[in-house]
Amino acid sequence: MTIEALWPFVFIAVAGWLATDIWRWLGVLVGNRIAEDSVVLIWVRAVATALVAAVVSRLILFPSGALAATPMGLRIAATLVGFIAFLIFGQRIIVGVLVAEAALLVGLFAF
Amino acid sequence: MEDSPFRQWPWFLTGMRGIFSAPAFVLMGAFVGFCGFAYESGIPLSQTVFMTAVVWALPAQLVLVGAMLAGASLPAAAIAVTLSSMRLMPMVAAFVPEIRTKSTPTWLLLVLSHFVAVTAWVFTMERLHLVPREGRLAFFAGFALTLTSANIVLVATLYSVVSYLPALLVGALFFLTPIYFLTSIWSSARSLEVYLALIVGLVLGPVFHSVSVDLGLLYAGLVGGTIAFGLERLINKWRKNKVAS
Repeated sequence: MTIEALWPFVFIAVAGWLATDIWRWLGVLVGNRIAEDSVVLIWVRAVATALVAAVVSRLILFPSGALAATPMGLRIAATLVGFIAFLIFGQRIIVGVLVAEAALLVGLFAF
Repeated sequence: MEDSPFRQWPWFLTGMRGIFSAPAFVLMGAFVGFCGFAYESGIPLSQTVFMTAVVWALPAQLVLVGAMLAGASLPAAAIAVTLSSMRLMPMVAAFVPEIRTKSTPTWLLLVLSHFVAVTAWVFTMERLHLVPREGRLAFFAGFALTLTSANIVLVATLYSVVSYLPALLVGALFFLTPIYFLTSIWSSARSLEVYLALIVGLVLGPVFHSVSVDLGLLYAGLVGGTIAFGLERLINKWRKNKVAS
């Protein structure tokens, strides 16, 4: 393999692998110092959850790829419909996912 | 003795069986969507597979493909992915105290931490109370290693097929990820601060996104998480006082 053929893999290893695993390794080192019943763990868990929640709203409001072509209002409505169905039907994840998907597809075909 | 392999293998196998679960199927659907995005963006099969194995975090992979598509320099791409992956640190930090035993070696946690991403994190956190402590790491490892391997195979197999899928379907598969994250975190929440952080984070995500595209997630996490933490402390204090009086 030439350097040029290898370059994308180096790129992915540095900008992808290292850039993500560095946080996982730091997480292990920090987590090793936190007691299971400590107040710090409550804060860390809250920050972790809020970060994932921010990723969720970003994926819904500002998506990439093929989803970006769908109307934002429809994505928000489909999310709400799916989440309400999820709450009504005993918090079953599969219900929420399927209803939200159905709402998105129905909306795309209807408008 | 408590870490004896005889007690751990059954939990590893129990974890492996988790591949036949709704969360695992939803993630596979989302990875088919990712395949479509990588193909559209002109990332070859080998790089798409390599990326799935070594990054193993769907939002980070979207950012990385986006950066490669835009022809970003290596430092610029690395910074964008690093910022978008910060959530992994508190996720792993919250995870480790729950799954380790006193004799779990740190090197093993470092190796296995690579397989922490939202699906495996939520799946394991949701079921931790059903698994005795000495089996928890094995349970997580069984599930996470199987999940990662299955998705690598899936990406390698479907990459050449995905171009025939209609854009509508690929878009719908992309939509799986946020809905799955949302519902699974809600249903796996065992404590008040998780519900609060989820709600505050959802609202602050777009607010801080408009402040800074790169650092927005970090701000939303730190500010949102701290607000949720403060509220949780206040509410629990108020509840305790009420019980005491």
